[in-house]
Amino acid sequence: MTDQRSQAEIVRQSLKRRYRKERRFRAYGIMAIAIALGALLILFTDIIGKGYTGFVKTTITMDVQLDGEMMYLDDPTDERQIKMADFVEPLVQALIKEIPGATEDDRKQVRELINPYASVTLRDALKANPEWLGTTQTMTFLTHTDVDVYVKHAGDDAYSIKLNDQQKTWVDELLERDVIETSFNDVFFSGGDSRDPSKAGILGAIVGSLLTMFVTLILSFPIGVAAAIYLEEFAPQNKFTDFIEVNINNLAAVPSIIFGLLGLAVFINLFGMPRSVPVVGGLVLTLMTLPTIIISSRAAIKSVPPSIREAAEGIGASKMQVVLHHVLPLAMPGMLTGSIIGMAQALGETAPLLLIGMVAFIVDVPDGFFDSATVLPVQVFLWAGSPELAFIERASAAIMVLLAFLISMNALAIWMRKRLERRW
Amino acid sequence: MQPANLLLLTLVLAIVAYWLGYARSRSLAMPLGGIRHLKSLPFYYGARAALWSGIPALIVLGLWAAFQGKVIQMIVIGGLPEGIIPATDGEASLLLSKISNVASGALPPGFVEAPIAEAAERLQALRTQSRFLMSGLVISVAVLAGFLGWLRIRPRLNARSQVESILKWVFFACAALAILTTVGIIFSVAFETFRFFGKVPFTEFIFGSHWSPQTALRADQVASQGAFGMIPLFTGTLLISAIAMVVAVPVGLLSAIYLSEYAGRKVRGVVKPLLEMLAGIPTVVYGFFAALTVAPFISDLAASMGIEASSQSALAAGAVMGIMIIPFVSSLSDDVINAVPQAMRDGSLALGATQSETMKKVIFPAALPGIMGGILLAVSRAIGETMIVVMAAGLAANLTANPLETVTTVTVQIVTLLTGDQEFDSAKTLAAFALGAMLFLATLLLNVIALKIVRKYREQYD
Amino acid sequence: MNSVNTTITSEVTQPDEVAVPVQESKPAETIIEEGKTVGKPYSDDPKFKLRDVEVFYGDAPAIKKISLDIGRNEVIAFIGPSGCGKSTFLRCLNRMNDSIDICRVKGSLQLDDHDIYDPKRDVVELRARVGMVFQKPNPFPKSIYDNVAYGPRIHGLANRKSDLDEIVENSLRKAGLWEEVKDRLDANATGMSGGQQQRLCIARAIAVSPEVVLMDEPCSALDPIATGKVEELIAELSESYTIVIVTHSMQQAARVSHRTAYFHLGHLVEVNETNKVFTSPEHELTESYITGRFG
Repeated sequence: MTDQRSQAEIVRQSLKRRYRKERRFRAYGIMAIAIALGALLILFTDIIGKGYTGFVKTTITMDVQLDGEMMYLDDPTDERQIKMADFVEPLVQALIKEIPGATEDDRKQVRELINPYASVTLRDALKANPEWLGTTQTMTFLTHTDVDVYVKHAGDDAYSIKLNDQQKTWVDELLERDVIETSFNDVFFSGGDSRDPSKAGILGAIVGSLLTMFVTLILSFPIGVAAAIYLEEFAPQNKFTDFIEVNINNLAAVPSIIFGLLGLAVFINLFGMPRSVPVVGGLVLTLMTLPTIIISSRAAIKSVPPSIREAAEGIGASKMQVVLHHVLPLAMPGMLTGSIIGMAQALGETAPLLLIGMVAFIVDVPDGFFDSATVLPVQVFLWAGSPELAFIERASAAIMVLLAFLISMNALAIWMRKRLERRW
Repeated sequence: MQPANLLLLTLVLAIVAYWLGYARSRSLAMPLGGIRHLKSLPFYYGARAALWSGIPALIVLGLWAAFQGKVIQMIVIGGLPEGIIPATDGEASLLLSKISNVASGALPPGFVEAPIAEAAERLQALRTQSRFLMSGLVISVAVLAGFLGWLRIRPRLNARSQVESILKWVFFACAALAILTTVGIIFSVAFETFRFFGKVPFTEFIFGSHWSPQTALRADQVASQGAFGMIPLFTGTLLISAIAMVVAVPVGLLSAIYLSEYAGRKVRGVVKPLLEMLAGIPTVVYGFFAALTVAPFISDLAASMGIEASSQSALAAGAVMGIMIIPFVSSLSDDVINAVPQAMRDGSLALGATQSETMKKVIFPAALPGIMGGILLAVSRAIGETMIVVMAAGLAANLTANPLETVTTVTVQIVTLLTGDQEFDSAKTLAAFALGAMLFLATLLLNVIALKIVRKYREQYD
Repeated sequence: MNSVNTTITSEVTQPDEVAVPVQESKPAETIIEEGKTVGKPYSDDPKFKLRDVEVFYGDAPAIKKISLDIGRNEVIAFIGPSGCGKSTFLRCLNRMNDSIDICRVKGSLQLDDHDIYDPKRDVVELRARVGMVFQKPNPFPKSIYDNVAYGPRIHGLANRKSDLDEIVENSLRKAGLWEEVKDRLDANATGMSGGQQQRLCIARAIAVSPEVVLMDEPCSALDPIATGKVEELIAELSESYTIVIVTHSMQQAARVSHRTAYFHLGHLVEVNETNKVFTSPEHELTESYITGRFG
């Protein structure tokens, strides 16, 4: 008894020190979580901070005098004349008129404020409306990227402003008079890639991604589900089945770039399929996503209780009927959830697509599965590698669009899991 | 007809076959006194006809679509006149791209030599022919096989068991695709790797300490043969992975411990999905973050402390990669820690141990094998990670252990060697496959060991 | 007996005052009244003084107003049908229920006149004084030596290696295991037989010299021979420890305990000297149970 008493005393004395350790250990845990969540927060603020201006475009609105003589054009319906005509001059003249104090001598500096593609816009407008020749039209054009950068980031040291002081004064004044305005960047969502940041858009990449994902989905989902059914329901217990399982588990952990090598060697070099097309991208991503889909589908099949199977077998259904009529419908929500998560992974995947040539600079929006295309994450990669900060801004904006897609896909998966999945 | 359209047509034919089969089984059954006298339901007769029509046609279509490109290329090359038949594969591919550019109209025929323009025409003609042939063949196979299947419908025929066994084989084929993929990976890297070792000795590749794959364009230039020693790449990969692990393992492990042992249900409900979110962010986004935010930050910070740091330091890529791997480590550790039976916790707590003592002295040692397995999987993921290092690590193959210097990795070199203009069978491109083979072997080994450890660990407590 | 009420802070109630057999043979009256226990629930030298203890899992009550004294150096057995709350009640005594989020404990539980559930109460110290042995043997996946040394190490009870060796040897001797394992103290404990594992767990528990040892069906996973050994051990330990044992086996309760408490659906129905419970139980339900009419 005395022994017990003194021991209790020792314990009591040690407590303070031990609780200090306990608190320290707990603090480490909190710190770890803080680091992880802090990184997430910094990542998001960084990307949003860099990219939200990508959703803003800078335009200039002016009265353009469409003088035939100035443009060397008397018949806008004539293709040859249109090709030879000068569409820059009317823009320069219109802008000189907008800027008080600017003269004919400043034309070079004035011209540097207008987007190089503005003349194309003007040409297309005139082609569409030949009757405009000889009139004066109020039209809106993109400004030059340098102006765009100045308007959005004048105070930011990271950006180098390429305008000279004269041009800055002009732009300030035009801003004041609302000749130069900022608005929602619809160009970003309606165009393909471009050498000019102001003109660059992600529609081409989005369409490319959708085409690639479509191929991936229609191949990987049925094949993955079929493989899962075979392994869970029909596969005999033998070495070969074990071998298949080992293969699937290992493929799930093989680096994605290896699938790119496979695609390059097999689909392109061996089969002679074209480079940088959505079909090949989809095939590669299918092989990459399959293990994920198979593993989650098997889990879904496993979660269907054996009582259901026994009930169906008890009334004389064949094994295949049991599977197709009872097990599959009950496992479907789980399979769909797993597949959405697999597709989300595939949508964000970049490395294997670099190897099969989906890094080409492609201006046009792809119009088919065999048309050269790029995808959203690769577009981010391409822009992120550009020395021009205006492209970095677009890359951040594209990341936001990509993350929006991914978050909605994951949210859909979570929603489905909550709503559709049955618990036994 | 385009393959995609042909695919649709095949499906339509299969559906037609289904209805015909269905109708025939019913009409055969009527005189006998109804479908009760059929061996199977009419549905199965229809399905059988559809499978008969669809499967052979799809196989033909798949094979044709896969191989037509290569076959046409070979015919075109073979048909070229004596003087310009390419000597090497590299020349052949250059020539082919020229020919197909002419054929697609991207290059006016007037710009190239007459034989090439002719070849382009032949290419165009062959393509059209191939498409016609393919359409004809696929459609006739579908119709013929469907008709045969339809013809052989008898009331005594057990259509159900036939359909089921075909389906079973289809399912089996889908599962076996995993093996095919592995075989494909092994062959595609092994073949090119052996060719590489024909040009560069194996020992030089494995033990060489100098990597500069820039082969000269002309053979008479100095250093026409690049250096292919993979040690700097290997150490670079290890350096970056090690940095990643230094970040990911403590943070991931401690947050898993906190979440499973201390956090209340509410905190867990918020923090866990947020951590998983970290796992769902595409690697290209991490690469962007590493290259444009973390790397400049580190080099500025180092500069302000008077240390020199590269703007593409291994530290930046490694740290960001570590952040990416945190949720991976934490979710694996979480599984493993939760697999330790509650009885262990109770036993320790009942002796008057505090929670942290229980964790450190009982749960953690018990979970250690499983955690090691998880860490090995994380390492395998780190060395195979591509985008972060492509964007944030450099190309310079330095042999260094200084995290503030630039290093390059195996994956970076694979991407660099295989994107952009390339000759098909130069040592440069083949080197990429050899690197891929090494990467595949290394990750495979890690995965096999890790999965084995984890499985053994699970069995211990099941 | 009705006077077993809520006067928790009152002086120790004299056992002979309360041990008035009120239950005459009233066969129809088998319904249990809340907080009403027949027999001798109180002790004149209580180690534990438990009054009006209630336990809830979420909103569902698992223990309903139980009052009981556990005497110093007494062996008391808790018996009753499955799900009657005897284990839950046992786990209140060293607050092992704390780790279950939804579990709430009400009432007064005192160990040596100090409240167990006092928020200021230190649970580590409490558990060092009130050890526990579980239903399934749960040795840590460490060596035999490390298992026994675990408690003394974390509590800092040994200053020198030789002290620790002594504690380990003494504990193993007390648990009757020393002769069997002295040559393989470094062997992993998970390789021992079930009975050895359970005795190891007892050795582990007594290595910290607790005042009370709680045993939650310690023999339910053991074969008869191992059970016999553990029971012998309990009898020996009763000389220096207070032992509370939950058991499914009435024979075991009869063999090892001084007093026996019968639980039924969260109520403490009857507490009496063990031989009285098994020879002439006062309560109808107790009788039904020990004669095997249910359980």
